[in-house]
Amino acid sequence: MSANPKQAREDHFERDMAQYRADFPALVQEVNGHPLAFLDSAASSQRAQPVIDAVTHYETHDHANVHRGVHTLSQRATESYEGARESVQRFINGASTREVVFTRGTTESINLVAQCFAGPRLSAGDEVLITHLEHHANIVPWQMLCERTGAKLIVAHVEDDGSVPAENVTSRFTDRTRILAISAVSNALGTVLPLDEIIPAAKAADITVVVDGAQAVPHQQVDVQALGADFFAFSAHKMVGPTGIGVLWGRETLLDAMPPWQGGGDMIETVTLEKSTWNTLPYKFEAGTPNISGAVGLGAAVEYLQGVGMDNISRYEHLLLNVLTEQLEAQGDVRIVGTAPGKAAVVSFLMDGVHPHDLGTIVDHHGVAVRTGHHCAMPIMQRFDVPGTARASLAFYNNRDDIDALVASLATVRKLFK
Amino acid sequence: MSADLEALYRDQVLAHSREPCNFCRLEDADHVVSGSNPLCGDSLQVYIALDGERVDGLSFEGHGCAISVASASMMTQMLEGCSCCDAVKTIARVHDMLTSSDGEALDAELAEQPVAALAAVRRYPTRVKCATLAWQAVHGALTEDAETVTTE
Repeated sequence: MSANPKQAREDHFERDMAQYRADFPALVQEVNGHPLAFLDSAASSQRAQPVIDAVTHYETHDHANVHRGVHTLSQRATESYEGARESVQRFINGASTREVVFTRGTTESINLVAQCFAGPRLSAGDEVLITHLEHHANIVPWQMLCERTGAKLIVAHVEDDGSVPAENVTSRFTDRTRILAISAVSNALGTVLPLDEIIPAAKAADITVVVDGAQAVPHQQVDVQALGADFFAFSAHKMVGPTGIGVLWGRETLLDAMPPWQGGGDMIETVTLEKSTWNTLPYKFEAGTPNISGAVGLGAAVEYLQGVGMDNISRYEHLLLNVLTEQLEAQGDVRIVGTAPGKAAVVSFLMDGVHPHDLGTIVDHHGVAVRTGHHCAMPIMQRFDVPGTARASLAFYNNRDDIDALVASLATVRKLFK
Repeated sequence: MSADLEALYRDQVLAHSREPCNFCRLEDADHVVSGSNPLCGDSLQVYIALDGERVDGLSFEGHGCAISVASASMMTQMLEGCSCCDAVKTIARVHDMLTSSDGEALDAELAEQPVAALAAVRRYPTRVKCATLAWQAVHGALTEDAETVTTE
């Protein structure tokens, strides 16, 4: 294709990455008479066939309750469930499986930290620091907690390009800052936050750091120990896994000192009618029969992503991001909201004179799936004074055809509205 | 362009969305009602002026998609001058039209009205709320009023 060796390597890499698209059966279909161009992975990714197969195999052959029976199926179910925990621990480089708590997803993980860690520690006048670009899941639990405790919610400024320089956060540290709750990557704008600068400063100021990692884990290598945060939350369904399962990673010493989240079976050591004692980590936070098949799916998703390679995923998505950004910028009547340097593969945009919701319906007629609206991040939409945006978000199973389909469909939008 | 899209974005709908009628604040309004559709960020304020039992004037402000703005614009024209009682009945009929199943015959009287241009919305479950937004806001305001009148 090219005489330039660097370009030849890039072309080869792109062709190599193209093989993974075939692992996603949902992508092989027509929508409204056009091949599906799925550009909404930041909302929820498609499922990889190995994930579907692992869940089906579990449901077909191995299902029983976990941690309870001595019979064979219960042992198999327990092994599958705990095997998934080990996969996750290795994937994010947690120090031990005791630090990996299965939850319903990022939202529950953050609520768990707000209720069980921050709740007992905050008093009136203490401060919880967030940024203006957080997802509702990393705003509302803290608002609720502040209302209950009298603590104050402090909001770090987001620049006009959507970036959050470290000093925007660190300059808001006071001697009352107890918690910093911050995204690794913005779901609405694609901004990658400089956590490598922010977290050491927060730790030096004795602030507990809670990271919303939902948009980071599917797209880049995450090492929770190197990151240095205290808690890290993410969801399986954004990383080619099932819905209804996610992870709270936390430092063992902190998790150990926290009261349980919910009471019930599995989270106890002993129960008498007078008093109960709590199970060890991570079971203390997993009351009731867990989402076993979800965990199996998550484990398979992790293994699958590692097979593709997180560095490859990152590199390929950035390649596609550059193509998408260039194509949208070339439109003339399209404005990208969020242009922070080094951003992730999420492009929020507006088309002159067209409401995002109309745009979404029209491009859907061309088989193109984009998210429209406020992306569960209303404050950052208010910050940019827009009612919402259209958002194209990429995953490693996308290709240039998907981007071309979006751009071609924008011509129809233009034809109707101009 | 597909026929489906052309049916949804009829010329009349696009014309109303580009230049909505009664798109202003009504200073002497008896009711100011807000309607919002959090899914897509439509947010309209509807102003209603009453003359006794009659809808004397209607206007709206805010931002929304083409469907919600066109629908609100058509509504202000259609309900102006109606008795409150007739307005509530009309709103119910428009609501039925927008939520009826595809293929079902349109209400014969509505089919003659400009609002019939919105009928294709019924094929788009995610867009029905856009089209019904302003109508529901007015319905809320007028039926509350009716209740007050009956209790008196």
